[in-house]
Amino acid sequence: MVAEKIITPKLAVRDLNFFYGTFRALNDINLTIPEKMVTAFIGPSGCGKSTLLRTFNRMYQLYPKQKATGEVMLDGENILDKKQDLNTLRAKIGMVFQKPTPFPMSIYDNIAFGARLYERLSRHDMDERVEWALKKAALWAEVKDKLKQSGTSLSGGQQQRLCIARAIAVKPQVLLLDEPTSALDPISTAHIEKLIDELKAEFTIVIVTHNMQQAARVSDYTAYMYLGDLIEFGDTSTVFTNPRRKETEDYITGRFG
Amino acid sequence: MPISLQEAHHKHQNLLDILFRGLTRVSAFGVLALLVAIIVSLIAGSLPAIHAFGFGFLTSSDWDPVQDKFGALVPIIGTLVTSGIALLIAIPVSFGIAVYLTELAPRFLRRPLGIAIELLAGIPSIIYGMWGLFVFAPLFGDHIEPWINKHLGQMSVIGPFFSGPPMGIGVLAAGIILAIMVIPFIASVMRDVFEVVPPLLKESAYGLGATTWEVVWNVVLPYTKIGVVGGIMLGLGRALGETMAVTFVIGNAHELSKSLLMPGNSISSALANEFTEAVGDLYTSSLIELGLILFFITFVVLSLARVMLYKLGQREGRAA
Repeated sequence: MVAEKIITPKLAVRDLNFFYGTFRALNDINLTIPEKMVTAFIGPSGCGKSTLLRTFNRMYQLYPKQKATGEVMLDGENILDKKQDLNTLRAKIGMVFQKPTPFPMSIYDNIAFGARLYERLSRHDMDERVEWALKKAALWAEVKDKLKQSGTSLSGGQQQRLCIARAIAVKPQVLLLDEPTSALDPISTAHIEKLIDELKAEFTIVIVTHNMQQAARVSDYTAYMYLGDLIEFGDTSTVFTNPRRKETEDYITGRFG
Repeated sequence: MPISLQEAHHKHQNLLDILFRGLTRVSAFGVLALLVAIIVSLIAGSLPAIHAFGFGFLTSSDWDPVQDKFGALVPIIGTLVTSGIALLIAIPVSFGIAVYLTELAPRFLRRPLGIAIELLAGIPSIIYGMWGLFVFAPLFGDHIEPWINKHLGQMSVIGPFFSGPPMGIGVLAAGIILAIMVIPFIASVMRDVFEVVPPLLKESAYGLGATTWEVVWNVVLPYTKIGVVGGIMLGLGRALGETMAVTFVIGNAHELSKSLLMPGNSISSALANEFTEAVGDLYTSSLIELGLILFFITFVVLSLARVMLYKLGQREGRAA
């Protein structure tokens, strides 16, 4: 079914290599991430799936000795270029992490934080933006009466949806999700997965997950990685039902990993 | 046989446990008893002065051992003002040091710089005092105070605070020396608490496109505020009670002056300087009452810090 949709590439990765000091963690990665779809990166621990994700917003640059070579093109611009402004890049590419990370401030301010970095909104517009983001993250109904309360007072699943709302309040084009449900219970996980399905109408989503069922449930495309190599990339149903490579089959059938 | 042996062993262990619990309890309550004893003896010692001067002791700037007239206003103000100056300088500088060490400095510089700051904290206060008197005060008097006089001294509202003879020693010099002394304490506490901020939390803020300043100011500082306030209180506690360094540079004059460049006195330096030469019960008693006041000021400051933290927590919505 996926193949019948019109596919526009959003992120194009060309010959990407990544180094932690002298250790090479990614080997000549090439793949294209389609716009407004969900792409999942799967693979055993240490395969480089999170590393790959973290090159898309250059999060690695916080740490010395980590560097990437090659190209990651976003709308025709190489985001690995030194001239690329990081703040602009991160306004376009938002990220949600393994664990919920609400800031030590009110729910309202958590959402407004990112928006305030880029836009000078009137009080009324900011209220609207916060409501919009919380509704998109399916959290509005639960928190609309306690926006002044601390973000840390919410439950784990709510906190993670708060973090998603915070990321989309900036109105990014791409949303990076780094194992977003790994710290959550099954019900909260189901919430988030449903949310991902709704969000892909507006955002390009890239999700790293160690949970193959999750990848199968939420994604349109799947990339299987192993030891820094991209082993197989294709639409999710093909990768899971009829993989081209033996290694992929071994992993998804649980014979390995 | 083996059973009774085991029983004996068990009894022995029980006894040890009871002994251990008793010891910990004695230690804990011992501290409390000491505190009470100190307060009681301070109050008892200052009774003659309290009888003689009443509340007037707090508002009088007299200090005349010949006529047995004593008032605590000058040293109280000296203590508060020097500590205030010290914090005014030390808080921003320490914050800068801590941010640089945790967020900005290249890794190979972090350890040596951190150790240097800890060494600074270990220097005995008398060395700060000597350095202040022989090195800092002359430089300060020759080069900085004339500038202060010329520029700040002419201003309309704050002028009177910054005019006066450039002698080097004085309230402002004491405040600056105190600032140098408390910076390592505040900076190392701030650095320690900044370091425990989860990397993921900082990454989330950076991931939204925040700059280092925005991350530190909006995320790191609120996350660590209890520790930061604690560090500042540690510094303030040291500044309030610091004796030797202040004695060297404050000038030890029981004169009330608006100008920060003029010599003044602080409670602890008055005590250090005058106890040996205090003749007469009223003189000694007045000094003890000064000690009681210092104790009280420290207590109030610590309580205010608690209240402030509580209020901060409330505003953030934890209690709502």
